Amino acid sequence: MSGNKKQLGMALRQKSSSVLAALVCILIGLLVGLVALFIINAEHAWDQGFLRIIQGGFYDFPYGVGKTLTNSAPLIMTGLSVAFAFKTGLFNIGAAGQYTLGAFGALYCALILNLPWYVCLLASALFGAVWGAIPGIFKAYLNINEVITSIMFNWIGLYMVNEIIYARGTGIMYDANNTRTWKVADRSPGSLIPSCGMSDLFHTPSTTIAIFLAIAAAILVWVILEKTTFGYELKAVGLNKNAARYAGINEKKNIILSMTIAGALAGFGAGLLYLSAGAEWNPLNSTSLPAMGFNGIATALLAASNPIGTIFSSLFISHITVGGSFLPTRYFPTEIADLISGIIIYLCAFAMLFRGVIEKKLHANADTPDANAEPAAQTKKEGK
Amino acid sequence: MAEDFVIEMLHITKEFPGIKANDDVTLQLRRGEVHALLGENGAGKSTLMSVLFGLYQPEQGVIKKNGKEVNIKDPNVANDLGIGMVHQHFKLVECFSVLDNIMLGVEPCKAGFLQKEVARKKVVELSEKYGLRVDPDALISDISVGMQQRVEILKMLYRDNEILIFDEPTAVLTPQEIDELMEIMRGFKKEGKSILFITHKLNEIMAVADRCTVLRKGKGIGTVDIANTTKEELSRMMVGRDVQFAVDKAPAKLGDVVLSVRDMTVPGHVHKKDAVRGVSFDVRGGEIVCLAGIEGNGQTELVYGLTGLEKVTHGTLTLDGKDITHASIRQRSKDGMSHIPEDRHKYGLVLDYSLENNMVLQRYWEPQFQKGGFINKPAVREYSDRLIKQYDVRSGQGSVTIARSMSGGNQQKAIIAREIDKDPKLLVAVQPTRGLDVGAIEYIHKQIVAERDRGKAVLLVSLELDEVMNLSDRILVMYEGEIVGEFDPKTTTVQELGLYMAGAKKQGKGAQ
Repeated sequence: MSGNKKQLGMALRQKSSSVLAALVCILIGLLVGLVALFIINAEHAWDQGFLRIIQGGFYDFPYGVGKTLTNSAPLIMTGLSVAFAFKTGLFNIGAAGQYTLGAFGALYCALILNLPWYVCLLASALFGAVWGAIPGIFKAYLNINEVITSIMFNWIGLYMVNEIIYARGTGIMYDANNTRTWKVADRSPGSLIPSCGMSDLFHTPSTTIAIFLAIAAAILVWVILEKTTFGYELKAVGLNKNAARYAGINEKKNIILSMTIAGALAGFGAGLLYLSAGAEWNPLNSTSLPAMGFNGIATALLAASNPIGTIFSSLFISHITVGGSFLPTRYFPTEIADLISGIIIYLCAFAMLFRGVIEKKLHANADTPDANAEPAAQTKKEGK
Repeated sequence: MAEDFVIEMLHITKEFPGIKANDDVTLQLRRGEVHALLGENGAGKSTLMSVLFGLYQPEQGVIKKNGKEVNIKDPNVANDLGIGMVHQHFKLVECFSVLDNIMLGVEPCKAGFLQKEVARKKVVELSEKYGLRVDPDALISDISVGMQQRVEILKMLYRDNEILIFDEPTAVLTPQEIDELMEIMRGFKKEGKSILFITHKLNEIMAVADRCTVLRKGKGIGTVDIANTTKEELSRMMVGRDVQFAVDKAPAKLGDVVLSVRDMTVPGHVHKKDAVRGVSFDVRGGEIVCLAGIEGNGQTELVYGLTGLEKVTHGTLTLDGKDITHASIRQRSKDGMSHIPEDRHKYGLVLDYSLENNMVLQRYWEPQFQKGGFINKPAVREYSDRLIKQYDVRSGQGSVTIARSMSGGNQQKAIIAREIDKDPKLLVAVQPTRGLDVGAIEYIHKQIVAERDRGKAVLLVSLELDEVMNLSDRILVMYEGEIVGEFDPKTTTVQELGLYMAGAKKQGKGAQ
């Protein structure tokens, strides 16, 4: 079956060019970051700046690595949320709002209802799902662009959640002394995601099995997209709405479902973070949406919307963000890591371009040229 | 031989990764001749013209104008050299007037102010000289396609171009309009202008061209004088083998009524009025009923209504005795309707899906292709491989080829394989051969006739009158959303059909 081998080779080549393109983005991002470090403080740019960012969590092992894992779990989920919607041809810029609602759902079930952690997680997904479904419904039935609706719903969600939690300082979930929600560990230890020894391993209570749950979710999303008829429909709608309709696929249903699932994924991500010890909601910080939602867009782009790729891109972005937090503040602002990831993300927009160039290079080196339909037809004819 | 060549393209080679689009092609255009450029899809006609137009730089070869070598590095240079082109898809600003479109880019100005009257005078002069009647003040969006083409031609004339390239100009015209265009081309010839005429319609070449250069798979096969050649000879040069023009078919063996349409009305989107107005007809098993008409007379909407892509506002549809007026698209497909859509890129294929995924586009949910919601990949692959083999769909990597990378003819073959293999009761084929070369057309016609002979009902919508006459057992002509006539192809003529298509004649009510 040399044909099969060839097909496999093609697929691998396409995959590897995606990975290479992402790596090129990362490399250029790091280089620009290095330049920025030199401009800010040339003397310490290398050893106390760049190396620390590169080292990431390993600079303070194992605590730092634990922190990377803690941050990665929700980031994987928001990344998945965006990637999943991308596959259906939708741009879920509302992950931040869905994440906010998810956080509320998780905290409400934990702090007020004292439910076990898995129920709280399901609640977070459910709340996120509702917040994702609404723009989906608007899109499907009224043809209102999901980008606009979900941006609005980001803010609606944020103010609503803040208002309910804070309630002028009297909210039952609100700890006025800390200006945050009560610690889940104090109020409802049973609602904390079990650590299964991860906390001890990484010397931080916030590292739990959340990361494994996120990875499992990524694999699940991959299976849905690649192996099921549902995924087949979703992708068909995403790639060509008209052809999907022609084929009898209910594209309205698929748009709503896709946004609902994207919302559930983002909400679940918030659950993973807020049900780990060490994260509380601050309703007074009401002017900014959780960055996790927007970083999800970045991770999805860096991963070229591949669910498995999202795991790695999230780990990487968390890695340098944690690295940035270890920068000596008297030399550098911690935001330098954000700058680097910002540049990388910006370059992700060019990732397509890089991929094109890399693919061409790979093709040029390969034995068989890009088998266009024409030459294939020719050989067949000659064989007759 | 000191021949008077106005443009010479000598030994042009243009390569793209993995393919030589033009391989040592030579084309010499005499002053004052109509020169046809003939070739199948993907033969390299467009590439060659793009090289002439400065859109591509050839790897090898030279271009000469009036015997002097020129370097056409961008379309502006081509323009300066007097080369003009009427593209297949017109490049007009819809909300501008005819006059505005013609002078766009070369507006006569004085101190920054437009001198419209100067332009108007020139346009009126030109249109009188060549018999290209247009109203300079009409908006493009209000005039017919044939008129729009005249505007494109006037654009070239306005720029004093002497080398006129026509890219498949007749695809959108009625028979009468085609005759007029041919007359216009002859007029240009008389004025000493040189014409390059890209087409794959042999009749038109025979009618108007002086010489013809044939391309096949990127190579120049040769240039022949039309006076000394035949249609058969040309098609052999183009395809590389003999081609059968007349469709071989036995008399129809009529079966029961399969599709019955009664008083169907479908709303239109372009204008406020209904696109299909109270249409009734039947299609029986074992016959090919052809819906003829000029583009935009409601055929598209009729098919949308029939296949469920658009809701029918009035009337009933019956498929094999079952009322399907309000059935979903999938239900209609289950009930035995197959649909070869008009636009294979928009509807027929998910271009970024692999060929095998496209092969099961309507059937992925069937038990044979899935189990508990999981797609049975081996079954899909096996099915797709079988279709590819059976219907001779050629592609780079077989089942895993991305549909986008396939040639138009093979994309269409894939759709036809998929739709026919569903074993439908009714096959709705909309312009199944649009933009395809003669080899592929021949194949597709054979498949459609074979379906008919298997007792299937076939509704064919076509703009090509040759196809209509060759293939159908019965012809219905549509004009402005209504069926205005029913004909037997054996007893009618293309000219007669043309009159009905243009709305000049109309039969009494009740074409059923």
